[in-house]
Amino acid sequence: MSQLSLAVELPGIRLRNPVLNAAGILGLSTKLLKRVYEGGAGAVVTKSIGLHQRHGHDNPTLVSVEGGVLNAMGLPNPGAEYFVDIIKELKSESIPVVASFFGATIEEFKNVADILSEAGVDALELNCSCPNVAEEMGMLGADPLNTEKVTAAVKEVAKPPVFVKLSPNVTDIGEIARAAEKGGADAITAVNTLKGMAVDIDLMRPILTNVTGGLSGPALKPVALRCVYEVSNAVNIPVIGCGGIMSWRDAIEYLLCGATAVEMGTAVMTKSFDVYGAVADGIRRYLRENGFKEVKEIVGLAR
Amino acid sequence: MLGSQDRHEQMRVTRIIALTDEATDMRGLHFIDTLCAQAKPGQYIMIWNPEAEEVPMSLASFSRDGTSSVLVREVGESTRALCGMNKGDKIGIRGPFGNGYVLQGKSPLIVSGGTGVVTLVPLAEEYVAKGIRPTFVLGARNEKLLPFRERLENLLGKDLHISTDDGSIGFKGYASELAKEIMGERKFDSVYTCGPELMMVSLFKETEKLGLNIQASLERYIKCAVGLCGSCAIGPYRVCKDGPVFTTEMLRKVYDEFGKSRLDPSGQAIRVEH
Repeated sequence: MSQLSLAVELPGIRLRNPVLNAAGILGLSTKLLKRVYEGGAGAVVTKSIGLHQRHGHDNPTLVSVEGGVLNAMGLPNPGAEYFVDIIKELKSESIPVVASFFGATIEEFKNVADILSEAGVDALELNCSCPNVAEEMGMLGADPLNTEKVTAAVKEVAKPPVFVKLSPNVTDIGEIARAAEKGGADAITAVNTLKGMAVDIDLMRPILTNVTGGLSGPALKPVALRCVYEVSNAVNIPVIGCGGIMSWRDAIEYLLCGATAVEMGTAVMTKSFDVYGAVADGIRRYLRENGFKEVKEIVGLAR
Repeated sequence: MLGSQDRHEQMRVTRIIALTDEATDMRGLHFIDTLCAQAKPGQYIMIWNPEAEEVPMSLASFSRDGTSSVLVREVGESTRALCGMNKGDKIGIRGPFGNGYVLQGKSPLIVSGGTGVVTLVPLAEEYVAKGIRPTFVLGARNEKLLPFRERLENLLGKDLHISTDDGSIGFKGYASELAKEIMGERKFDSVYTCGPELMMVSLFKETEKLGLNIQASLERYIKCAVGLCGSCAIGPYRVCKDGPVFTTEMLRKVYDEFGKSRLDPSGQAIRVEH
């Protein structure tokens, strides 16, 4: 069975396996991202980078809820120019890097994409789906026309392929995905966190400083899985699945629903960095036991 | 799985049952929480005055009767809000978090600078409960700023050594300097420290010279406290989850940042000032 391969092709980037970390998870420093890669990830995804340095929201920014976690970090990041060195350090170690990024205006999206492109990233992940910041910066991706516009604008300047990360907080995610594809997206990442809130009955107030936050973890998985299924039916570009993956079984579910690769975040809270490698190993065992030789053979089988 | 069994990660609301004044500029906040009562020395909680920001604080005490406490020094808005609270006020708690100290010595030396004493007193108490009396260096800027002095005197007697920067009591100089002298006179098999980072760096260098194991409790900007966001990164570690207690091996891996640089809330590296 030596021919069995976990390698997958995303536009412009070949990965040793289909397991990535999700944006926002550990993505601020070279050495933590290196640890994610050494833990077995096929590529690393950075924290969402903006044009300017941001401190994010005040704590509490994260609260554990039944079946998951709510967070409202508020896009803290050191700014694109500062982040160039971190990308260069990762690239000097030959680590495949996907840079997540955002902007407050379409012009800013372009500027950041330009800076990160020059830094040498393998792909850009356009974050137009953060539920925790003002609408012009966060939920641009709630509207098909805006999604198409921002994607097309970024594609004008981006050198590497552009993945567009979508929100589950929309009526018809397939329509948004088609808009991104029309704008020139090379792939779709589905999905960002699901907007929610937590209230403390003793304090009689919301727990998060930002009031609302994004739900991640196992509670998000059925919703995200449905999103991946709908998106992969709606577009002809690859889909990267994300949402509540805690084990290799969850990852297989995403592949069967049409994802070419998967991203994992919240799992790191309860598991070590090795979780990325463990999920990749589980995918390998599943392929072998079911007589497959490549990951792409099972993509989209659940119809 | 993430679920109700992971209660330590969830926000619990409890009341302040007592307040104590320590030294001249610190307040002890006492509360009841069953999970904190089972903490290990060196662990911390996220504590929240709902009128201000949630912040990390080391547990200064925890006992089987369920009472725990933190010691707060006013250094900014959030700590001022905590120090200004009253008996009966509600606080939010997440935790306990972090790895805590490992008790591995037969003749331990504990070196504390300033508020670092908070994490080290429970450690000394646990050693004493095991029948081992550690040597303890308690350092501060001056005589008025020595928290838990009585608690330590009662616990350790002559094995408590005091240093002050201005010499108002005990040895004149830094705790690390007094510790180096003591290490020159007696043999120890393990060293523990918490305090100003530059003091810990100096002590770490000495233990490396002597071939001793050290455990140092580090401080960084903590946001999520559960190892997800990476805001507290130092080298390949997350202070919130892989730390806050760093072993000799871990310190060697972060040596280019230890005492030199830290991440600000945006993730930009800034200089460690003290």
